Amino acid sequence: MNPEARNSNNLVFCAQDLNVYYGEFHALRDVCLDILPNEITAFIGPSGCGKTTLLRCFNRMNDLIPIARVTGSIEYMGVNLYDPGVDAVEVRRRIGMVFQKPNPFPKSIYDNVAYGPRITGMAKRKPALDEIVEISLRKAALFDEVKDRLKNSAMGLSGGQQQRLCIARAIAVNPDVLLMDEPCSALDPIATTRIEELMNELKDDYTIVIVTHNMQQAARISNKTAFFSVDVNLETDTRTGTLIEFGDTEEIFSTPKDSRTENYVTGRFG
Amino acid sequence: MAVTFGRVLDNKTSTRIEREVASAIKRQGSDWKGNTFYTLLLVMLVLTLFILAVLIYGVVADGWDILTGWLPSFLGGTLGSIKAFEGQTLGVQQGLAGSFWIAVFVALLSFPIGIASAIYLEEYAPKNRFSNFIELNIRNLAGVPSVVYGLLGLFLFVEGIPSITGGRTAASAGLTLAILVLPIVIITSQEALRAVPATLKEGSYGVGATRWETVRRQALPYAAPGILTGTLLSMSRAIGEAAPLILVGAITGFLGSNPSIVDPRQLDDAFTAMPILITGWTQNPMPEFRVAAAAAIVVLLVFVLLLNAATIYLRYHFEKKREA
Ligand SMILES: Nc1ncnc2c1ncn2[C@@H]1O[C@H](COP(=O)(O)OP(=O)(O)OP(=O)(O)O)[C@@H](O)[C@H]1O
Ligand SMILES: [Mg+2]
Repeated sequence: MNPEARNSNNLVFCAQDLNVYYGEFHALRDVCLDILPNEITAFIGPSGCGKTTLLRCFNRMNDLIPIARVTGSIEYMGVNLYDPGVDAVEVRRRIGMVFQKPNPFPKSIYDNVAYGPRITGMAKRKPALDEIVEISLRKAALFDEVKDRLKNSAMGLSGGQQQRLCIARAIAVNPDVLLMDEPCSALDPIATTRIEELMNELKDDYTIVIVTHNMQQAARISNKTAFFSVDVNLETDTRTGTLIEFGDTEEIFSTPKDSRTENYVTGRFG
Repeated sequence: MAVTFGRVLDNKTSTRIEREVASAIKRQGSDWKGNTFYTLLLVMLVLTLFILAVLIYGVVADGWDILTGWLPSFLGGTLGSIKAFEGQTLGVQQGLAGSFWIAVFVALLSFPIGIASAIYLEEYAPKNRFSNFIELNIRNLAGVPSVVYGLLGLFLFVEGIPSITGGRTAASAGLTLAILVLPIVIITSQEALRAVPATLKEGSYGVGATRWETVRRQALPYAAPGILTGTLLSMSRAIGEAAPLILVGAITGFLGSNPSIVDPRQLDDAFTAMPILITGWTQNPMPEFRVAAAAAIVVLLVFVLLLNAATIYLRYHFEKKREA
């Protein structure tokens, strides 16, 4: 399909021939991928295959890495995110992100969640801000644990609590798209279930892209799954991430077309 | 009976394993390398403290007569001859005034300019040959001997713009020392900003913060303790410098008395400063001035220590905020 035809399909993202380089290192090759609205798209694949790298392309987070270079295009609602006129700050307000490693600010729990709404001017008055903070924390399944110590430091939270705080921080600014990089990697089954429920709720209004190493999770919650792998070139000794297969989650897990996908999702490698 | 890796072991084997484990995890002999290093560090620390103690003891003992006899009038007294010493009107007031105004210039000029430059270089400037060249030069400037800055000050401020600075004045001296410490402020602030975790900034950008908001709300608060240390170091350096002041015309002889230390009218007047005054008195052959010099050193030390204490307090405050 040509890009024009795909765009008319009301796509959220349409990645076209996307290549990412870190300096000389070719991290991701020729990715073409569509992301549909109100769906959960899961990225799976072995460590180092470029899932995080791709995810960070969707909200121009790679701009912050001086050596990172992106070629090709990603259209967001029909606009190429990498066009010169596009404001990366505005992009990131609409496309929120939860990072692989929890990175709370060294501020209070309250201020962490209120950070985004404050700088974007969403809520000026305290009651409105309080409400946003509470709702976001509730959605992230954290409110009950921290409601009595909202003024305490976020650094004093456990790893899993910090991760949920970062989820709350991301949803507090009400983004259109939520990019989540292994959001449940440090969570117990109860909190994981709660986050998965959250994603299912959010799906009605938002579009979600999630990186996960948990096959069951991908199978449970996602509509589409993209499987990435590392292409090892023995002659040049280079390892490049590539998109192997992309399609409906059910198909990827039950009748994958590529043998590499099958081996990966069934737990047989190599 | 004991169980290891799911195997049931008989008593003999399990006792043997226990003994093996016990001997393996027990310390074998002494950790002589670690102990030697530790002792060495301790010796160095004691040595440093000893040198400091000797120094302080020396000046306090030398200045004892003034420090215990007529300290208040010494603090308010002026430059003068042996007669002034005998009449207890000799003192450091003019030196304190000069050093105070130098500190004001350094704080008002080199702190904002230096920190702003560091923010620009670290957070905004593209990393290319040009910015590398500039950074290299700033590093070189930090190593230029202070006399050279004195020459620069003489040329630029004393002879260059006497209509503004008034020539050989405290204003010229302040400007000169502000330039002298500028590279140090820039380098230490840059170092502090570089230590801000990238993940913190990403978190801020991730919710749609602009570069300035990220600098203002994440990078600067995190780097504040480090920046503070740098500014303190540069301030101590500025207060202690004598060589460049001699070149821009600090006076060791007779000087009119100031209305008060903080009166800005003295800015366009002849001036002196603590290090100059101390140098002058030390060079005086009369033994009384040795006492005066020692007492002046103690006064200067106390002021630097107070400055340090204030900075340590502020630093602690910022660090607590960073953890909070
Ligand atoms: N900032 C960077 N600079 C240089 N190379 C990088 C950088 N970030 C990632 N890479 C490289 O790009 C490749 C892909 O990394 P990426 O983080 O996208 O993998 P991933 O699929 O998210 O892995 P994981 O599942 O372990 O998180 C890796 O080989 C990695 O070493
Ligand atoms: Mg990753």
